[in-house]
Formats: sequence, C-alpha cells, structure tokens
Amino acid sequence: MDEKAYQRWKEEVAKAKTRDAKFITASGEPVELMGTPDMLKDFDYDRDLGFPGQFPFTRGVHANMYRGRLWTMRQFAGFGTPEDTNARFKYLLENGQTGLSVAFDLPTLMGRDADDPWSEGEVGVCGVSVSSLRDMEILFDGIPLDKVSTSMTINSPAIILLAFYAAVAEKQGVSQEKLRGTIQNDILKEYIAQKEYIFPPQPSMRIIVDMIEYCTEHMPLWNTISISGYHIREAGSTALQELAFTLADGFAYIEAALERGLDIDAFAPRLSFFFNSHNDFFEEIAKFRAARRIYAKRMKEKYGAKKERSWMLRFHTQTAGCTLTAQQPENNIVRVAYQALAAVLGGTQSLHTNSMDETLALPSEKAVKIALRTQQILAYETGVPHTIDPLAGSYFVEDLTNKMEKGAEEYFRKIDELGGVIPAIEKGFFQKEIARAAYQYQVEIENKDRYIVGVNAFKDKDEKIEIPLLQISPETEKRQVERLKQLKRDRNNARVETLLKDLKQAAIENQNLMPVIIECAKAYATVGEMVNTLKEVFGEYQEPTDF
Amino acid sequence: MEKKIRVLVAKAGLDGHDRGAKVVASFFRDAGFEVIYSGLRQTPQMIVDTAIQEDVDVIAISMLSGAHMTIFPKVLDIMKKNGMDDVLLTGGGIMSEEDIKKLEEMGTGRLFGPGSSLTEAVEYIKDWYAKTRGAKES
Repeated sequence: MDEKAYQRWKEEVAKAKTRDAKFITASGEPVELMGTPDMLKDFDYDRDLGFPGQFPFTRGVHANMYRGRLWTMRQFAGFGTPEDTNARFKYLLENGQTGLSVAFDLPTLMGRDADDPWSEGEVGVCGVSVSSLRDMEILFDGIPLDKVSTSMTINSPAIILLAFYAAVAEKQGVSQEKLRGTIQNDILKEYIAQKEYIFPPQPSMRIIVDMIEYCTEHMPLWNTISISGYHIREAGSTALQELAFTLADGFAYIEAALERGLDIDAFAPRLSFFFNSHNDFFEEIAKFRAARRIYAKRMKEKYGAKKERSWMLRFHTQTAGCTLTAQQPENNIVRVAYQALAAVLGGTQSLHTNSMDETLALPSEKAVKIALRTQQILAYETGVPHTIDPLAGSYFVEDLTNKMEKGAEEYFRKIDELGGVIPAIEKGFFQKEIARAAYQYQVEIENKDRYIVGVNAFKDKDEKIEIPLLQISPETEKRQVERLKQLKRDRNNARVETLLKDLKQAAIENQNLMPVIIECAKAYATVGEMVNTLKEVFGEYQEPTDF
Repeated sequence: MEKKIRVLVAKAGLDGHDRGAKVVASFFRDAGFEVIYSGLRQTPQMIVDTAIQEDVDVIAISMLSGAHMTIFPKVLDIMKKNGMDDVLLTGGGIMSEEDIKKLEEMGTGRLFGPGSSLTEAVEYIKDWYAKTRGAKES
C-alpha cells in the first residue's frame, strides 16, 4: 500500500462529514469502513480457502458448484388438512420448486394428536396436521417418494414422522435405501431457542443417535439431522452466536454418536446444517464461509474423520422471518431477495425464501409464487450462479470471515469451560446470550439507532393491509378429529396396544427405537399414543422461567 | 412511595417462541414495572391462577400461533368469573387488525400486533393504570 495515499485517505475520512447513523451490522458489530491489503497480511490461499470441493471447503463443497447443480429450491409448506398441503405441494412442484419441505402444526410438533385438549384452536393453523400414518398417506398422495427429496421440519417426535415417511414409501413400493431427504431432528436447539421439546436432553439424544444408527444402515441417502442455526437466529441471536451455537450443537451430536460406537465416516456424510440468511449482507456471507472452514478443520483434526465427505458442511438456508414486517408487506419481497442473494453467494445447497405475508399468516398461493420466482430470477437472470465464490479474496469479506472464525472459537472455549453443550443449556448460557442480543436489537429499534423501513422509518400514515391472506378453516380441526375417531374404529386396537407395550419395553431396555416405531406406525398407532408411551419412560422437560 | 405496576407476561397455548415475551418482559422491567414471567405452555386457567396468586395489575399474553381467538376469550371469561374487572388484559403477537378489533370489542385492552412500539405499550399501561387504579387510590 502507498503509505502517503493511505495516510491522506485516513485524514480525509477523519475530517469528512459523517451521516448521523450507527455503522453496525445486524448483530451490532462495528463495520470496517473499507477492506485494505494489510487486513490479509497473513492470508494463505491454500490454507484459508483452498479449492471448492476440497479441504477446508471455504469456497464451497462441490468442484463446479452451481454450474453442476443449482441449489434446491425447497419451500417450507404446510397448513390445514393433509389434503390442503398435498395440493400446495403439487402447486409448488408445478411452479418449478425442486424439493419438498413439510411444515407440521403445533400439536404435531409437540407430539399431540388433533383431538388432544391442548390442540384446541391449533390444528392445522401453523402447519399441516398429522396424527397418524393415514394423514401421511394423504399428504404424499400422488407424490412418488423415489422421485422427490423431502425435508421434514420436526424435532421431538421426529422418529415417528420418519417412520411414517418410510411406511408411506413402503406402500408405494419404494425401499428405504432409495429415500432422499432430511429430517430436522435437532433437539439441542429446541432447548436453546425454539422450545418445542418434550423429553429431557439425555433420552432425546438417545433417540437421535438411534435414528443416526438406523439410517446409516437402512437409509444411506437420508440426512439424519439438519443442525440448525435458523431458529437460534430467529430467537434474536447475533450472527456469531448463530454460527458458534449451531456448530457446537453439531459437535455434541457427533460426540454422542461416537460414544455409541458409530464410525464417524459412516454417519458424518449425512449430517447437514440449516442457517438463517438475515439482513446484513456481508456478515451473512462471511458466516457461511467461516462455517464450512471451521467444520472441516474440526472434523479432520479433532474428530479424525478420514473421508472428505465427512469434512463437508452442507447446508439449507431460509431467509430471516424475523426481519419481515407486517407494515407495507410488499417490502418483504425486496428483503427476501437480498437475503437470498447472500445465501447463494455463501454457497448454500438448498434455499427457502419467505413469502411477503408471513408476518400475518401462512403463505398465500400468490405470495409463495413470488418467493419461488425470487429464487428463479436469482438462478437464471442475475448470472451470480455462473461463478464460484466470487467474493473470495475481498479484503473486507476475508477479514470478516476470519473474525467470524475467531469469534466462534472463543464461544467454543466458553462452552467447554461450562462442561459442554448440555451442561451449558442447563446453566442457561445460550438462552441468556440470545435474550440479551434480542433485547439489545429491540432497544436499538425503539431508539431509532436501527431503522426498520415502514415500521420506525418511512411509515405509511393510516396504512391498510391490502394483500390477500390465507385463512385456515375451522373445519380443519373437526375433520382431523373425525378422521382420528374413524381410524380408531378401523384399526386393530389390540395390535396397537401390544405394539405400544413393545415400544415401552424397547425404550426401557435401550434398544434402537426405530424398528418398533415403524411397526407401531404401520399399525396406525397415533403420534400422541407413541409420544405418551415414551413420556412414561423418559419424563417431560421443564425449563426455568428466567427472561 | 409509588407502587410499582405488576405485570404478568404469559405465553399461552402450545407455542414455544418466546423472543417477544422475553423482550417485552425485560423492557417492562426496565420501564419500572414489576414483571412476572409465566413460562411456556400455560392454559388460560393457569394464567389467571398465577395472576391472582401474584396479585398483578396487568396480564400481558404473547400469542404467535394463531390461536388467539380461542385463548383470549377464554381468559376473559375466567377473569370475569373471578371478578377481575380491575385487571387489564393486554397482549400481542401475530394478530390481524380485524382480530384485534374483535377481541378489543370483547373486552380486552389494547392489543399490539407485529411492528408495535414497546415504548407505546409501556405508555399505554401507565395511562391505563393512572386512569383506573390511580383514580381508585386517590
């Protein structure tokens, strides 16, 4: 660098008028005014970046990235009855999406049937209602499971829903080895952020390792966990917390599987990740790149994985729901487009783009089509996918990537000091970090240190929301409850009772639960019945009420 | 010495997304209210029981799951049965303008949908308190 020119620039910057604004990232971190060569004086291309598809994978996990295959366009969808969602799946596939993603309602997520007293008012409202294999059969009616890949967003009762999926496939004549997809199955982030837990941590981890063990042998194409940062970020964490806490969770699952005696190179290639794509464009891109590098190094150096595929961090991304506004909802289309761009520049394998109306309702057909078109325009009109990791070598972005990695390592040290992820959860470490970050963000908004267009700046006076909103029919609950009644009349109740007893025994005796749950599923035991059986053995988790 | 306004921040129904409830609880506490947080997955009965136990002035329910038209009327009903007409029922979350209007007509206080200002919510509670409780105490 020319020292004189640099000094002159610094002096002019010091003298220049600055706007009355805070130059911080979405996470509250100060932003470098400009990237300069001195930031990368220790930069080593081969050590820090390497080539796509090779250690440390900073630039991407495949040699030719999007020229070989575009990211999967996978819109999270689900509402009402299985029939309603089946129709939405077909609509999305007809409009060019390339993978399915299932959103279940709160009762299903919490392991309760549609006729459970707690389910009143909640059936089919936040996702599709699935209480039994019968619902799952309807959900995938006319959808060949050997021709699609499906992601299922389900955690505490994940083993049950995966069993349902395998059972539906079996009825279609599709064997388990052909099944492609992902099950979220990430319980640690539930204790930390989303709070859709049922059982305590130890039995929950046992169930997850059962699923990893089973799938490694019987469903080799299936991603056994989607280790998630999305929800941690939505709960209000910073980008760095999202990165560090997600990876820490991932390492905790790996350690649990290793403790069971599983071979890391057998299961690691089917672990996958799920990140948020939030507002701060460059912070997000740096986060994705840092994630790949950190993971590759740990898998190789700490866990001794030998296969390249074990070192690769593959991820799905969802644009940040928490950044959308109810005010001037059309603006959300723009937010989502920028966030999608960041995800693609970050090298995501799969992407969900939010709909503009999601601050008020589940997506309408019109809104979800625009969200899908956002991805298609990005893929086919911007030229961005034609080249790999174009921001590599940027002083600013590489410096930010390095900072992310350093910050994550510091968090790993803190978590180790607390005894690991589960002890840290029990001590409320993650929850407090996230709550503090969330509060900080809100205070910035209240004080107008952070603008949200349409909300605390550039507001419409007397705004009227004039977009069509999806309504969930109150008939949904009635229909699902009736279906359950019919199911219990049609099935062999004696067999269900016997199988539930077997399930309880398997839980007590530490057997792998997957085979017996598949049998229960095929006999039309309900989600609630299976979960209640497991509750008898595992108990229920209660979290402390701090804020 | 001025009595602090006592607020119960509650999460009703199955939903576990508590970012809003916790941020509101912290903001209220920093604004000088005495805040009790109910924790997750409270039924309407549990919420009102806690409100009575803790002798609160305000119940503030966070609802994001779309079940607000089921939950709020139930809470109002139980409050009525317990003669709690000097306790404010407010809240917020994901609610359409239409639903908010319906609930306010049923007897809730002001409800705060997405994008609401916390500062405004604090002022609203202070005004309500001055008008209802303050009037009684003077």
